[in-house]
Amino acid sequence: MSAFTLDQLKTILREGVGVDEAVDLDGPILDTPFSSLGYDSLALLEIAARIQNQYGVAIRDEDVELLATPRAVLEYVDAHLAEVA
Amino acid sequence: MTGLAARTADTAPTAVFTGIGVTAPNGVGTEDWWAATLAGKSGIDEIGGFDARTYPSRLAGEVKDFDAAEHLPARLVVETSRMSHFALVATAMALDDAAVDPASTPEYTMGVVTANASGGAEFGQRELQKLWRGGPRDVSPYMSIAWFYAATTGQISIRYGMRGPCGVAVAEQAGGLDALGQARRVVRSGAALVVTGGTDSSLSPAGFVSQLPTGLLTTVTDPLRAYQPFGTEASGYVPGEGGAILVLEDAAAARRRGAGRPYGELAGYAAAFDPRPGSGRPPALARCLRTALDDARLRPEDVDVVFADGHGTPGHDREEARALAEVFGPHGVPVTVPKTMTGRLYAGGGALDAAAALLALRDQVVPPTVHVTRPDPGHGLDLVLGQPREIPLRTAVVVARGHGGFTAVTVLRRTG
Repeated sequence: MSAFTLDQLKTILREGVGVDEAVDLDGPILDTPFSSLGYDSLALLEIAARIQNQYGVAIRDEDVELLATPRAVLEYVDAHLAEVA
Repeated sequence: MTGLAARTADTAPTAVFTGIGVTAPNGVGTEDWWAATLAGKSGIDEIGGFDARTYPSRLAGEVKDFDAAEHLPARLVVETSRMSHFALVATAMALDDAAVDPASTPEYTMGVVTANASGGAEFGQRELQKLWRGGPRDVSPYMSIAWFYAATTGQISIRYGMRGPCGVAVAEQAGGLDALGQARRVVRSGAALVVTGGTDSSLSPAGFVSQLPTGLLTTVTDPLRAYQPFGTEASGYVPGEGGAILVLEDAAAARRRGAGRPYGELAGYAAAFDPRPGSGRPPALARCLRTALDDARLRPEDVDVVFADGHGTPGHDREEARALAEVFGPHGVPVTVPKTMTGRLYAGGGALDAAAALLALRDQVVPPTVHVTRPDPGHGLDLVLGQPREIPLRTAVVVARGHGGFTAVTVLRRTG
């Protein structure tokens, strides 16, 4: 199975939780904390739920708060996609 | 106790309205809505938001052509229900109208007190359907904050950094006035500015069905004949959505920041509760009217117009008409029900009537009551029917009665 990409994550952000007016998701956001992108803990829960629904990777609630940046989410999902595969 | 109350009233700051924002079935935007209201333009129609053809009641005052995403940040739209969308949009209008810049106002001097009666019915139904179709993981985490009564107050507070006293009034249709009364308390306790008023939206299928068991909604299907408060053909009411948000300020603080002429003063307020049904005691409204007038230090003959609750069911209409005749005398004061153009907006109703009363004071014109083909002469009311009435207006009384016995009255007075 191919890797989970930043573009796929951005689609989830746009469709699922919206984008803050002051944020450019197409900028260099890989290592930007979600809090700086305007996403709170409830937004992260929604993002995690959508990843599970669309990619079959379950992110445990206690892991959600550890995923502070888009890069952390991509690495987490990639690692678990490999398990699924 | 009386002495303390009297002294407080003597030295308390005067609370004045300096901004109005409206999202109503017959107009979005204060001046558009006001022009429609004076023109007698109704927003009551067959329900368009879902197929209501098999329901016993089929009419509503829906706010049509309202896209929250056009007015609000995308992040905020996903977190909030339609009731809050109306309030957030109206708040932006009201702050703009008052020429207030919250970012340059000390955060702890600004409060938020709104009213809500129905909760986030539309959001809640959507998420329940997701739960049923897809399971718990499909339910938005924002369900936890979007549905509840205080959601609107909280979101306004967060958006504008208003960290002074905040609260929510939940008293069915009376809540929109109770919020104003609480906002005045907040001003009197030292706040410079309070965002207040109320909105509701319960016109999703689940929200609508939950209103039917009261038996108070009309089953008449002609939008021009359905909601006829104080009429011989009164058959119940039509529900609506939307409301109004108002900016209430300490008059001295408003002057200091260079605000324009206020719309009017919140001169009097009272709340009361009806006696237990079957007790034989009269409804609380006459007492509530007198208490509010006492609070404003005015007499019944000082009142130039009454914006009535106008329930639209014969029993409620009779009770209200009796109380008005008892306090003001038969045909003693012009009475109007502009909500005949919107339906009853629950928490939004009192707030929207207060907005109408303030604009009536500004423009010296009473907006009309529409669709009442034959006013019941037994009510003894001077109902302003069909056409607006231009008369000198200095003092307006607004009445709101909520299901279950909630009763509230405000007295609004022209300033200057």
